[in-house]
Amino acid sequence: MTLVHNFPFFCILLCMAAGIFTSVLKPKAAKALTFVVAGTVLVLSALTLRLTLQLEEAYPFIMGHFPAPWGNEIRIGRLEALMATGFSAVLLISLLAGMWHTSNFVSEQKTNLYCIMIDLALAAVLVLIYTNDLFTVYVFIEIMTIASCALVVVRQNGHTLVATTRYMIMHLFGSGLLLLGIAMLYGITGHLLMVPLHEAVVNIVQTGEHMGPLTVVIALITAGLAIKSAMFPFHGWAPDTYAFAPPLSSAILSGIISKAYIFVLIKFFCRVIGLDVIISQQITPFLFVCGVSGMIIGSIMAISQRDIRRMIAYSSVAQIGYIYLGLGIGTKAGVEAALFQMLVHAAVKSVLFLSTYELVNVSGDHKHFRYLHGAGYRNVPAGIVFTIAAMSMVGIPFTGGFIVKLNLAISGIAIGGWVRALVLIALALSTLLNSVYFLHTVVSIYRRPAQELDYPKPEKTLPVVAVALFTSVLLIIYLGIGSEPILRVIETGLKTFS
Amino acid sequence: MWQLLYENLEQTVAVILFGIGFSILLLQRNLIRKIIGLNIMDTAVYLFLASMGYISGRKAPIVVDGVTQTTAYINPIPAGLVLTGIVVSVSFTGIMLALTIRLYRRYHTLDIDEIAMLARGEDA
Repeated sequence: MTLVHNFPFFCILLCMAAGIFTSVLKPKAAKALTFVVAGTVLVLSALTLRLTLQLEEAYPFIMGHFPAPWGNEIRIGRLEALMATGFSAVLLISLLAGMWHTSNFVSEQKTNLYCIMIDLALAAVLVLIYTNDLFTVYVFIEIMTIASCALVVVRQNGHTLVATTRYMIMHLFGSGLLLLGIAMLYGITGHLLMVPLHEAVVNIVQTGEHMGPLTVVIALITAGLAIKSAMFPFHGWAPDTYAFAPPLSSAILSGIISKAYIFVLIKFFCRVIGLDVIISQQITPFLFVCGVSGMIIGSIMAISQRDIRRMIAYSSVAQIGYIYLGLGIGTKAGVEAALFQMLVHAAVKSVLFLSTYELVNVSGDHKHFRYLHGAGYRNVPAGIVFTIAAMSMVGIPFTGGFIVKLNLAISGIAIGGWVRALVLIALALSTLLNSVYFLHTVVSIYRRPAQELDYPKPEKTLPVVAVALFTSVLLIIYLGIGSEPILRVIETGLKTFS
Repeated sequence: MWQLLYENLEQTVAVILFGIGFSILLLQRNLIRKIIGLNIMDTAVYLFLASMGYISGRKAPIVVDGVTQTTAYINPIPAGLVLTGIVVSVSFTGIMLALTIRLYRRYHTLDIDEIAMLARGEDA
């Protein structure tokens, strides 16, 4: 075992340790440490990805002195390393673009707390990506929920308080279902580590004993994680939370944190239960229907919004629908498309939230479309970045969004029958709806402003913010043009994932 | 059917309690009642876990008289899980109570629908 083998564990430990040190630092140093942590995690994850690309198999990393099936362990493969790299890159870009204006939302005394919560959220995301133990999943999901609540409520007004309360209630509800599911699964298998669990599940399926409880377990855990990741129709908490939280928090929450829940769900499907059992238990049609309705209804809701941030929040619901559509197709190709969409959406949604803040900022802090006219001229970089991110959302070629839709369509066509028709119709309809609201937004930010509105003189965009925003645009375009190697990593990673 | 439910009495009770807590958490409008519902729901899962680990006639897994055979003791893992779960639910109860206090100070009511209506009138 070389030094690089330990890097995933170092990343997790680094985030947690940084959280502890942050509490005693000065606010400026706390922010600097957060940048350092995100950067280090990105570098270490990228090195881990390079290592796993050389290895044929995923390798387990024992935490503590007890080997499986007793102890706790993390498991590192290509897919995990790719996700960790992607999410930490998105986090670093979001921090670079969003950290500078947190002082408008977060009071001086709360800055340290805010940085701690970002570290904690990153630690939880990394653990959820790497862990191989179901109870660790539960514990870190709860830690992530606490961190994300703090990220929202740190902006002190009535809206965030109500949004956080709603968020908490729905997430507690999801956690309750998840915990009951894990408890029942432990009851029928006697294991919590995923590899022995899978063997026990295979045994259950072969003998047919405890088949009823197994179905209930799958339903409980799927429902719990679906609620937490804002799958339609459990998305009620999402729009308010994303719209009223500080922009950096919205970027982190909808870009990274909601994806971690879905990654856990994919892990549960592929590694613990097995995709064939999931299909035979009729879970995938449920996800398929929810995904399709989310894609359509989320977009319709987005069209009806007058507030730009609520519109982007509803488009998150639609985009999560794409991920569940991929899972609901129920083939390896569908899951691969879903995983790729997770990366693309993380990159696009975070930059949308952050560039929107810049546009709103030069429009006298108004979020309604009619005040945003001409915002694209008042802040040129943010306007360009928003336009390109919106193009990816619609699915214009050369952006990540196009590859996602292409892959979803291909995996739907491969199945044939009514699924093929439904996938294609849903994709076409949702692309149409996406273009309605995103083109409308792009047109309104470049429309000549009404004469009577007198905007304050715009502040200069910080160069580092512009650089960060443009980096994420490069990322989006890279995901569109250079998607081939990433898709190959996902494909080979999924083979060694289970 | 009834025989089966009676044989698994603890699990049956746990699932009924879970349902009660679950519906209180979702349906009640009063925030304090919601928090109570949350605690009932979590406690039900702990009952479920604890009853699963218990094997009648055996003792708690603490070695005192040098008895080291595993057959003498109950399964300690569910107890460990329950302890972890209690820590989680205590911290969640704390956060929810803190949020409730903030909301009450601001809006002078505990009704979540009323609070949402009042908040909607505010500037974003």
